[in-house]
Amino acid sequence: MLEINNLHVKLQEEDKVILSGVDLKIGPGEVHAIMGPNGSGKSTLSYVLAGRDGYQVTEGSARLEGAELLEMEPEARAAAGLFLAFQYPVEIPGVGNMTFLRTAVNAQKKSRGEPELSAAEFLKLVREKAKALKIDAEMLKRPVNVGFSGGEKKRNEILQMAMLEPRMCILDETDSGLDVDAMKLVADGVNALRGAGRSFLVITHYQRLLDHIKPDFVHIMAAGRIVRTGGPELALEVEANGYADILGEVG
Amino acid sequence: MAMAKPKEDALAARLQSLATPDARGWLATARTEALARLQAMGLPTRRDEYWRYTDPAALNAPDVPAAARFDAGDEVEPFDAMDRLRIVFVDGVFDAEASDDLTLSGVRIERLASAGAADIHWAQGLYGVLEARGHSPVARPFAALNSAFATDGVLIHVTGKVAKPVSVVYLHESKTSDAMLHHCVKLDSGAELTLLENGPAAARFNEVLEVDLAEGASFHHIRLQGRAHERRAVTHLFARLAQKAELRSFTLTANGRLTRNEAVIELAGAEALAHLAGAAVGDGDFHHDDTIFVTHAAPACESRQVFKKVLMNGAVGVFQGKILVRQAAQKTDGYQISQSLLLDGDSQFLAKPELEIYADDVKCSHGSTSGAIDETALFYLQSRGVPRAAAQGLLVLAFLAEAIGEIADETIGEDIRARLEHWLARHSAKAGQ
Repeated sequence: MLEINNLHVKLQEEDKVILSGVDLKIGPGEVHAIMGPNGSGKSTLSYVLAGRDGYQVTEGSARLEGAELLEMEPEARAAAGLFLAFQYPVEIPGVGNMTFLRTAVNAQKKSRGEPELSAAEFLKLVREKAKALKIDAEMLKRPVNVGFSGGEKKRNEILQMAMLEPRMCILDETDSGLDVDAMKLVADGVNALRGAGRSFLVITHYQRLLDHIKPDFVHIMAAGRIVRTGGPELALEVEANGYADILGEVG
Repeated sequence: MAMAKPKEDALAARLQSLATPDARGWLATARTEALARLQAMGLPTRRDEYWRYTDPAALNAPDVPAAARFDAGDEVEPFDAMDRLRIVFVDGVFDAEASDDLTLSGVRIERLASAGAADIHWAQGLYGVLEARGHSPVARPFAALNSAFATDGVLIHVTGKVAKPVSVVYLHESKTSDAMLHHCVKLDSGAELTLLENGPAAARFNEVLEVDLAEGASFHHIRLQGRAHERRAVTHLFARLAQKAELRSFTLTANGRLTRNEAVIELAGAEALAHLAGAAVGDGDFHHDDTIFVTHAAPACESRQVFKKVLMNGAVGVFQGKILVRQAAQKTDGYQISQSLLLDGDSQFLAKPELEIYADDVKCSHGSTSGAIDETALFYLQSRGVPRAAAQGLLVLAFLAEAIGEIADETIGEDIRARLEHWLARHSAKAGQ
């Protein structure tokens, strides 16, 4: 599904290297988790994959089902099936959540040459998906993320994911700022989307999210590289001993 | 009072180029008085504080700077689907064939050109009267010039509730037309009227609209200034509101080389309400100036000024807005916001918001901002699959939403939104960001 090879990235404005040779291969239907200390490059990896400005790829590639992502505009990556659930979902005053969702869904359909959803079809679909995430009609009417609580913002991210039906989902610290109940709700939303044709990359600091979204593989990232890969037990090791041991081992 | 030489010369040259209008009836007196006011103040130059950000030279020039006619193609005329009484002026000249019959229940509609010759007329108490009051503390010479030389206009006296909106349509045909129209609108106690204006009017257009609202009267005004790229316009809205009267005015400006829209509003009776709003979008050779003066002269009145401009490729926006709260105007609720969205580094927004308050129990807020498009929001939209141009369009419309939201009629608001969407789809900042 997603294949990252030897990815090197630096900040465009300053000469600071953030990623120094990331290799990662995610198969169809797999759930991978990336853990690592602050500043290890986890969020940068997600932004670079989604196509945010301000980063310069100096080496390497990232292919989504064979197509080179790094040469595409962000909207083309989305249409190709990539989705990033933001760590800090952006507030957009003046744009209604519903308008936003419909514009996004139809823009993707259009770029894939599929027929757009009618207002009625869209409404039916969004209501159904919103209900599962306990997102009420009021939240759909409000401007995108404006005045939403931390939990509401994250649920709104998952709603977008459910509506857009991407094949490769990246969750960037989706657990940050969530209480236990909200985390459960978000995790249930994600689990409902799991399936053979859809892969996940879950970026998190803590093991607790992985209790709810069970990964197939866990990677530890440090200093811009993946330094260790293992099964779910690796997350438990981190939880018990912190990163110091692992990082010390790797040198 | 001695007038500066350049002003005197500019005035003399302009007056020489103007035909003396037919002088009969009550209008002759009003014109003579207006000319005297104009002669005392002269025409403005860039040296005047009030014209620091907008060069009046093209509005002063004896010869009209040429403006090509704009062809909107097969685009539907604004307000087309609405049931309205249509009054058409072509280059400032009344077009009887294209206009509807001026008879409508609850209102008396006449043309200035014909009603002006009467000995006595209700408009005597309004024509040039609010304009004359409006020169203090700042002179507005183009309005006085208009009162002295306007060739026509519409006089509307509303006695009850008018069944449909009165719609004034301004067509522009001649490349060098120089139109001057003067309208008077008087609403009796409790009367209601919606006035629609649209179109570029002429190569150069000078418009004055004087509005007198009696107790509890309600006046809605929606103006679309026409998409002609090269036209120039200076407009003045003067209004006086009695107790509990309501005025809501919205102006959309897309294109036009030079536009100066002044509004001079006096809240004279308690609990009156005035909402003024404007949305302007400009690409390239576009200079748009909103100059607003709201006076709270009575207690418990509410005023709102919401002006938004989207500027690209070197377009210039100006906002000069003032709220004056007199001592008697306790419990005033005043709000003023002027904002611009600069889509590239070449565009410019100049703002001068002012508050002058003499009462002690008032609530007045004002703000002015100027900024670029929010790149983070843009990326967020793109990451959901919305193409960059469409994402920018969404954000620009969101920026304009507060101003468009001031339009009470939802159908018109939707129509204006759709027009802006099309406009945005056709225009984009060359420099990008």
